[in-house]
Amino acid sequence: MANKENGMNEAEHVVVRFTGDSGDGMQLVGNLFSDSTAFAGNDFATFPDYPSEIRAPQGTVAGVSGFQIHFGHQAIYTSGDLADVLVSMNPAPLKKNLSTVKPGATIIVDVDAFTEKALKRAGYDSNPLTDGSLDGYNLVEAPITSATEKTVMELGIEKKMASKFRNVFALGIVFYIFNRDLKTADEFFEKKFAKKPLLVEANKKVLRVGANYADTIEALSSHRINVHASELEKGRYRNIIGNTATAWGILAAMERSGRSLFLGSYPITPATSILEELAKWKSLGVKTFQAEDEIAGIVSSIGSSFAGAFAVTSTSGPGLALKSEAIGLAVITELPIVIIDVQRGGPSTGLPTKTEQSDLLQAMWGRNGESPVVVLAANSPSNSFYMAFEAARIAMEHMTPVILLSDGYIGNGSEVFKIPKVADLPKINPPIAQANDPDYQPYARDERLVRKWAIPGTPGLEHRIGGLEKEDIYGNVSYEALNHQKMTELREKKVRNIANFIPLQEVYGDTTGDLLVVNWGSTYGASHEAVDELRKEGKKIGMVNLNYIHPMPRNVAEIFAQYKKIIVPELNLGQLVKILKVEFPQFSYHQYNKVQGVPFTKSELVNAFKNLL
Amino acid sequence: MSEKTINVNEVTFTKKDVTSDQMVKWCPGCGDHAILNSFLKMLPQIGKKREDIAVLSGIGCSSRFPYYVNTYGFHGIHGRAAALASGTKIANPNLSVWMVSGDGDSLAIGGNHFIHVLRRNIDINILLLNNKIYGLTKGQYSPTTPMGKITKTSPQGTIEHPFNPGELAIGAEATFFARTLDNNPKMMTEIMLEAEKHKGTSLIEFMQNCVIFYNGAHAYFADREFRAERTILLKHGEKMIYGKNNDKGLILDETNHIKSVVIGENGITEDDILVHNATTNDPGLHMMLATMGAPDLPVALGVIRSVESRVYEDQLEEIISDAKVNSKIKTVDDLLNSGNTWEI
Repeated sequence: MANKENGMNEAEHVVVRFTGDSGDGMQLVGNLFSDSTAFAGNDFATFPDYPSEIRAPQGTVAGVSGFQIHFGHQAIYTSGDLADVLVSMNPAPLKKNLSTVKPGATIIVDVDAFTEKALKRAGYDSNPLTDGSLDGYNLVEAPITSATEKTVMELGIEKKMASKFRNVFALGIVFYIFNRDLKTADEFFEKKFAKKPLLVEANKKVLRVGANYADTIEALSSHRINVHASELEKGRYRNIIGNTATAWGILAAMERSGRSLFLGSYPITPATSILEELAKWKSLGVKTFQAEDEIAGIVSSIGSSFAGAFAVTSTSGPGLALKSEAIGLAVITELPIVIIDVQRGGPSTGLPTKTEQSDLLQAMWGRNGESPVVVLAANSPSNSFYMAFEAARIAMEHMTPVILLSDGYIGNGSEVFKIPKVADLPKINPPIAQANDPDYQPYARDERLVRKWAIPGTPGLEHRIGGLEKEDIYGNVSYEALNHQKMTELREKKVRNIANFIPLQEVYGDTTGDLLVVNWGSTYGASHEAVDELRKEGKKIGMVNLNYIHPMPRNVAEIFAQYKKIIVPELNLGQLVKILKVEFPQFSYHQYNKVQGVPFTKSELVNAFKNLL
Repeated sequence: MSEKTINVNEVTFTKKDVTSDQMVKWCPGCGDHAILNSFLKMLPQIGKKREDIAVLSGIGCSSRFPYYVNTYGFHGIHGRAAALASGTKIANPNLSVWMVSGDGDSLAIGGNHFIHVLRRNIDINILLLNNKIYGLTKGQYSPTTPMGKITKTSPQGTIEHPFNPGELAIGAEATFFARTLDNNPKMMTEIMLEAEKHKGTSLIEFMQNCVIFYNGAHAYFADREFRAERTILLKHGEKMIYGKNNDKGLILDETNHIKSVVIGENGITEDDILVHNATTNDPGLHMMLATMGAPDLPVALGVIRSVESRVYEDQLEEIISDAKVNSKIKTVDDLLNSGNTWEI
């Protein structure tokens, strides 16, 4: 940051982290800062990190809530590793976050909150503000509590209410550092408190007092940072959270298929917000059904699919386990359904609010019998929109269940999203049987091996389906040996054949070279940044990101053959590697695995890749 | 009573049209045959076109039902018929949806879905074929098997209290509960028509006999020779009178319990006998009627409860049509461009 211009330090990309107690409003100011980042024209990605308890004990390390944003002049692929600016509203978040802050970073603390009692509660033996442990950082000891109290009391607001505005004071400081226009926050306050003018005034005032305070602090005036606007493609943009993008992708598919949407789902972290989001859009005709359990979630969806609706269910790992028998029912009845799994740490209840990629093998094979399904994986919040759409397209056009894997990091993270026009997305054409078709048979297939969707209410197509094995073509119950062999193979071939209806695999970076990074899911961002860094150093390295895991694109083996080594980074103990060993046994694979509930950092992947170069 | 209008004029199919070409594979003498037969006879009378009827089931002997009915049909997985039928009905409320299930399917493995479909009051007709035993797995005790019954999995007799499906259903906010015998086709047909007319979830308990694994499970009251004395056919608005000679009736005694009395004895006249009110929302008497039986009281048959309550799918459709009028978000493009966006 040596390069100064107008008193501002220039930076290519920056990480800011807001931390406090859950209840201190860190997510709110994080989102307000994200909005201002969007208006400043930067590309960015965000990630909230909060405890699974709703109000974990105040002031303890377990109760810390954080919001991180990574923004830059260039394209941004992750929510970032080490923080350049840390806001800590009390001692506990400082204790929790200090190890992931850059040396020399600006640390803003509420000095009023560093009382002896609070320090003890956070587990500090001595005060970090005075014992030298923050030497080497640009420490700003801001009187956030007292200054906020003074400001709001002048407006006639009670002192005890002042704690509700502390986060806004801190936001004012951060706005000053990045020279942000206060109007994005003003607009939010005006809208949110439209009927409470006093609250609008108080928030605006506290924001300005925070910013003005920052202007008087020498430690800050020399540490202001300017990040030039990104050169994004022309178009209309918005910030989007992964789970919202998934829900909206589903809605776009509803519109492009002309089918009505039915979502049967049961609340489960970190997937619940998909159900919540879709429940909002009754105006688009969406039917959401909060079922009594995970099983009813998927089975009701299968019932709706039978009735001709575009059926979706959303869940996380434990819920996917409960749904497995019903997925088999959708496999044998060859009804379309999209099953969204926002993965979290497992097994069992595991780490409900933390991210992991350990449901891949469950998605592939976690059912009784030969039970092939399509497995797709989204790799970022905005990519979730397109993969949800793809999941829907494949499910409805090929009459098959599709499991879409997301994870906690993608689902809760956000990034800049270029808004598409729904009309530009492909039309989805389900093979709907026509009324009184004399040739209709429940299990007759077209050249893609897809059976027709004969929807109740259509005259002349009355038929029975079910979980018992069915006779080829005619669909009567059949226990005949050769028929079962044939039907099992047909179901397998039908799913394999979908490889002919998905895009070829693309390669990022060098198309031939020393190392290929094979990526799937949310590790995409960190892999991408690591590959970029190593290519800058002149290394010959490429990356594929597998959005289609089963079936895989037709050219994957061809790509693999172009590199000396292959590495597969995964947030599990090597699940994609197991699949690759079965699909492409001619190659050998290096693994890089982590199961700590957090995403890879760029630097650990750079090191892992370097070890093979 | 919350009733749907039935217009039979539009319907042109017959029992034969609605009978599928599949061989019925239940054991000879199984009560399911008679229930299926009554069902097939009843369908042309509900005023729905054949393509607008869906029959869904779970797993078990009774759950083979959809294969024998030439409408749209879906044989599901064990216990999940209620969830399957819920999704079908909500997705297309115009369908007449029939769910067929047994005591194991609905009260054991599917107990959760069973109580929730009743609570939600989705307009589905549930035929619960209660034979008090697991038939398809060959003779294990079920949630309705009486205490002490020796079965393959209770060689010393069961030590589990059985469910009374009616009691469970009324406790789960059921708006319609009826009971019938598998050896009375006329009663079965009439009650199924009543269930179809009822707007909301309708539960019919069929006292069905499994000849192989629990023959005579209901014989005490269902056999022709005892039926008149040991059952009472309830009809809304009519006196609760029963008996071979129509001389017995039900009253509430001084402790507010149901008591069987003889008309003409101890000063009892017909005026003292209770009148059945199936439509009262108060579940008190319905619960007593659903649970009464041997040795002192008759088993109640007929429509025990049929109360008006809003159905799930109507409310959902209403929310959707209101939202379509009132929301600014009319298309997915509107949604994508809502809130904070910016141009580059």
